[in-house]
Amino acid sequence: MSPVAAPSRLSSAERARRASRGGASRSVPAPLLVPALIAVAFLVLPLVGLLIRAPWGRLGAALSGADATQALTLSLWTATVATAISLVIGVPLAWVLARSRFPGQRLLRALVTLPLVLPPVVGGVALLLAFGRTGFVGRLLDSWFGLTIPFTPIAVVMAETFVAMPFLIITVEGALRSADQGFEEAAATLGAKRMTVFRRVTVPMIAPSLGAGGVLCWARALGEFGATITFAGSFPGQTETMPIAVYYALENDPDAAIALSLVLLLVSIVVLVSLRDHWLRGGTVA
Amino acid sequence: MTHTGSGLIVDAEVRRGSFTLAVSLTAAPGQVLGVLGPNGAGKSTLLSAVAGLTPVSAGRITLGGQVMDDADAGTFVEAAGRPVGFVFQNYRLFPHLTVAENVAFSPRARGQGRREARAAAHHWLARLKLADLADRKPAELSGGQAQRVALARALAGQPALLLLDEPLSALDAGTRLDVQAELKRHLADFTGPCLLVTHDPIEALVLADQLIVMEGGRIVQEGTPAQIARQPATDYVAKLVGLNLYPGRADGSQVMLSKGGSFIVADHGQHGDVLVAVRPSAIVVSTERPQHASARNTWPAKITGLTLLADRVRLDLDGQPSALADVTPAAVAELSLDPGSQVWLTVKATDLEIYTPGEKQAS
Repeated sequence: MSPVAAPSRLSSAERARRASRGGASRSVPAPLLVPALIAVAFLVLPLVGLLIRAPWGRLGAALSGADATQALTLSLWTATVATAISLVIGVPLAWVLARSRFPGQRLLRALVTLPLVLPPVVGGVALLLAFGRTGFVGRLLDSWFGLTIPFTPIAVVMAETFVAMPFLIITVEGALRSADQGFEEAAATLGAKRMTVFRRVTVPMIAPSLGAGGVLCWARALGEFGATITFAGSFPGQTETMPIAVYYALENDPDAAIALSLVLLLVSIVVLVSLRDHWLRGGTVA
Repeated sequence: MTHTGSGLIVDAEVRRGSFTLAVSLTAAPGQVLGVLGPNGAGKSTLLSAVAGLTPVSAGRITLGGQVMDDADAGTFVEAAGRPVGFVFQNYRLFPHLTVAENVAFSPRARGQGRREARAAAHHWLARLKLADLADRKPAELSGGQAQRVALARALAGQPALLLLDEPLSALDAGTRLDVQAELKRHLADFTGPCLLVTHDPIEALVLADQLIVMEGGRIVQEGTPAQIARQPATDYVAKLVGLNLYPGRADGSQVMLSKGGSFIVADHGQHGDVLVAVRPSAIVVSTERPQHASARNTWPAKITGLTLLADRVRLDLDGQPSALADVTPAAVAELSLDPGSQVWLTVKATDLEIYTPGEKQAS
């Protein structure tokens, strides 16, 4: 028979906790604890640095500069438009991926999610080659409508949509897959045509994921840098978004860069709080 | 059944992988046709096919003389286009809509204006005594209330056919009887045919006018609930209604049972294949061989199990033939009945129900 180990101390508080949680010891072994603490430090220290160096006294002045206001305004509206476009065209695509069957579907899903892993600057180059003045689509737009896209706010919106829409699509597709299709069947037996079912049953049922996907998409669009600077450039007031403004401000006006970064940090925290049900419970996207 | 042309006629097959559902049935207007069977018998597949959620692989379904689905002709009416009210097993009430919006859904989807649909919903809510719950969400309803809302929602679309899938199975035993009585009243008011799927024999006996029993994708028996309860055609049905069932060959007053043993029956002049049904309470259990009894059938058996039912003990008996027999708890104590005990069973010839299998038991 194996011997009984020597008893260790167990406080009454710990006893109560283990009893209510139902489980054995919750103490973390040292070989896991030390790397975990290093990881926490690595993630938190840069943010602390941002807060320490922040020019709290002249924050207002740094942000009220024309460039900063322009960049903030541009970022907010382009990210919002990119999200709206993603909802209008991305949700139907998510439905098609989740609910229909056709040849090449797996390939399509892979293509749709490619921008998630593609370096954004490559996305920018690709957009430029397609929609630039000499691109195969851009040339037609130019000759038919006299429309030039690169280095305009439209290009900013396109770059942001390209990079951010897949976040919305995979979130919504996951929700559609896990949603109980029994409700859609019930709606059909009640006389609802497919589009009515989508509008009155499917969309309301996945509303939480739609919201989460939208917020995620908007946050990603707001932070977009690589594809935007490649495809849209950095003209103040035209295509210089917040992240690009931060990058340039760091060279000649570090205080402004820090102030702009703080604004983006604040926005991120708000996004995180609004997504807490989706992300902070240790669950999956859907 | 005189108006079959205006009722539901199903004569179809549905194939799903290795499973094949093959049924032929007719439900007249105003009739509640119960569909009884174990899990996997194909009952829900049948409802799906009738509702248009699953197309048939062969044959056709017509309602009121109009084709809903015809595999040979290649015609199919989509679920949304069929005048069907479906009460699902777990009700499937839309969680994001209020009770009133749920009930107004079908009138709205079938083309009525917002105001008309709301009026229709309130009519049905009042009729099912749900008016107080109009503004609640489904999550705030009890099981019995949800069941009534589901029925109101199905009826509000003014269906020509009502489909009920295990309508009471999600309810606890306490509310089930009340809801069952109420459901029976509402079904009596419905003028179209109604298909009621259940695996609960009591539900089927109480609610249905006519019953079909399904096993393994086919109909194994049809008849009135009373006929089926008295003369089950298969072991499954016999078990459901609590009878011993023995197939055998009759030769005048003697029946040789196919699984061993024989019975003397009150002479029906039957010859050939027959079924013999015996109530467990008709079997008398003794510890010694009965002498000078009037009962014609006596045989030894061994007790293999005892189960306490509400007011009696059901014995599992192994013998020629094996049987279930009911005795009082007092008898169990007095006779010291245990698993393994040797006993004698007797049953009077007049307590044996003898009939021919496969006889169409239409009303």
